[in-house]
Amino acid sequence: MSDEEAIDGAATPVAAKIPLEDAPALRDPAAVGLVPAAAGGVVVVGTLDGSSGTIRRENLRLLLHSPAFLIGTVILLWWIVCALFGKTIAPYNPVAGSLTAFNEAPSGAHWFGTDSLGRDVLSRVIVGAREILIVTPLATLLGTVLGTSIGLIQGYFRGRVDSFSGRLVDAVLALPIVIVAFLFVVALGPSAPTLIIVIGLVFGLLISRTVRTAVLQERDLDYIAAARLRDESNTHIMFVEILPNVFGPILVEFTVRLGYAIFTVATLSFLGFGIQPPTPDWGADIANSYQYLGAGYWWEVLFPALAIASLVVAINLIADSIEAVVIQ
Amino acid sequence: MPRYILKRLGLALLTLVLLSLIIFFAGSVLPGNPGRAILGPFASQQAVQILNHQLGVDRPLVSQYWTWVTGILHGDLGTSTQFHLPVSTLLFPALGRSLKLALVAFVIVVPLSILGGVLAALYRGRFVDRSISVTGLSLTSVPEFVSGVVLIVIFAIGLKWFPVTANPPPGTSPLGQLHYLILPAIPLVFVLFGYIARMARAGTIEALDSDYVRTAVLKGLPESVVIRRHVLRNSLLPTITVIATQTGYLIGGLVVVETLFNYPGLGRLIVTAANNKDFPTLEAGVLVIGIVYLGATLIADILYTVLNPRIRYEQAE
Repeated sequence: MSDEEAIDGAATPVAAKIPLEDAPALRDPAAVGLVPAAAGGVVVVGTLDGSSGTIRRENLRLLLHSPAFLIGTVILLWWIVCALFGKTIAPYNPVAGSLTAFNEAPSGAHWFGTDSLGRDVLSRVIVGAREILIVTPLATLLGTVLGTSIGLIQGYFRGRVDSFSGRLVDAVLALPIVIVAFLFVVALGPSAPTLIIVIGLVFGLLISRTVRTAVLQERDLDYIAAARLRDESNTHIMFVEILPNVFGPILVEFTVRLGYAIFTVATLSFLGFGIQPPTPDWGADIANSYQYLGAGYWWEVLFPALAIASLVVAINLIADSIEAVVIQ
Repeated sequence: MPRYILKRLGLALLTLVLLSLIIFFAGSVLPGNPGRAILGPFASQQAVQILNHQLGVDRPLVSQYWTWVTGILHGDLGTSTQFHLPVSTLLFPALGRSLKLALVAFVIVVPLSILGGVLAALYRGRFVDRSISVTGLSLTSVPEFVSGVVLIVIFAIGLKWFPVTANPPPGTSPLGQLHYLILPAIPLVFVLFGYIARMARAGTIEALDSDYVRTAVLKGLPESVVIRRHVLRNSLLPTITVIATQTGYLIGGLVVVETLFNYPGLGRLIVTAANNKDFPTLEAGVLVIGIVYLGATLIADILYTVLNPRIRYEQAE
């Protein structure tokens, strides 16, 4: 797929630059061992800053040459515009229904038809981008911050803290995410803050696993030993030394989880425990109209469904391209 | 080998205990006052207290948890607060119907996704590979009710090939029942296809790049023999684990598909219970999903050990 293509396309420039400035090569014990510990620390940090900047610019160039990334970004930008300016773009008021036009098929006046309350489906699809694009990034951000902290602590300290929290993560993950979120949202009562907190917590546990694995690969490297010798605090080592070096996997986790968050919130809304009516929302609108499918009112569910599908596919195309570039 | 299985079994039991604690916490601690939740805001305080006493939720949490767990161990899953029936009489028939739907999805998805993954690997980097991978990624990321709705619009309403619900009228022949189950099974197939195909592709590529396959090609074996005897035998091993792991997620998808297609399985039972604040049914249903998932991963791990001679011999040493 696009991974190979993206890497092949830019193999020459990257390969030409990396051997000189490659950070991992400098972190190699044999290379660093030749210089005194204190001086070695300074040199390594200096080179790391310089090279990581180049590599990041290189990554951006690779991304901009990936068709999957570009298609995903265009679709995502369109929905972000809808979320920001939806009320202005929408041809009708998405909440107030017409008193004469119920369940009307798509026409010149209503491109996507009207629903059972006479509301314009196109307007609801446009404005429906708003709530889900507020809730899901916040939930994913909470999950990423939480998961990064848990993963850093687990991977850095190991031992009993690690094995106990690992078991807990296992237990939560023995259920499909949708079911865990469903159970907790039902118990707490559905609202936007509940959705953000519940999904953020569950994702935090999931993300902690990836971060932990990445931290385990870093913790025994020489730059950590150097920081310990300089008598840096554990917090400093975890967040200032290790964190920048595990940033790649965390970024990938964020984009991948954002896709899952949209999947989960849309599903919960469909089940009646996500975003609550009358706020325009794709999942809730489908839930509201799918029982009329037998009567042939397909436009009331098809257009919100296509909206959800386009958004999740867009996020996944972006996530997949970033993953291909960051984790080569 | 038996030692490994015992250890794995112990871990699964420990996870199960933790899982039961989490479910109990969500279902019995978080909702606060179940009597108030059932009777609504206008019931008298006295009525709420009496109901709470009847439900046993005014006792200390530890004792409530103990009653719940020991009940389950004796086959008593509690009493549904919406139907006033033992939860087990609702749950097990629903589970049976869900498994029937899941089975149809599995029978479709396993051969299809393995074929897709192996084809993608054999044509690595070419058009076939790219289209299979992008299709898989897109289908996997779309929620089941979204693809379900699109399928209903096209195949049930547009083309009229399949019924809109999954619920056959009583007395339908097994083949007729299958006709009702195919459309609901497809959204589940979509979500699983991407994962399994991805694993099958990765496994096949690894095998194709190995030295033993190069040797087999160099000694002049026909391509079909190399693929059948050398590539597939090695590449499908990790796929088995993924397939079993996906069972749990399949059941998660059932919640949505059964609601959309109005199919009286475990998933719809849980959603109905949630809508009626029937926490005993909800907790038991979620626990059963967890048990099915843990059981499936356990079987997958053991199967993997049994099928993979490398692990088998390491364990024996």
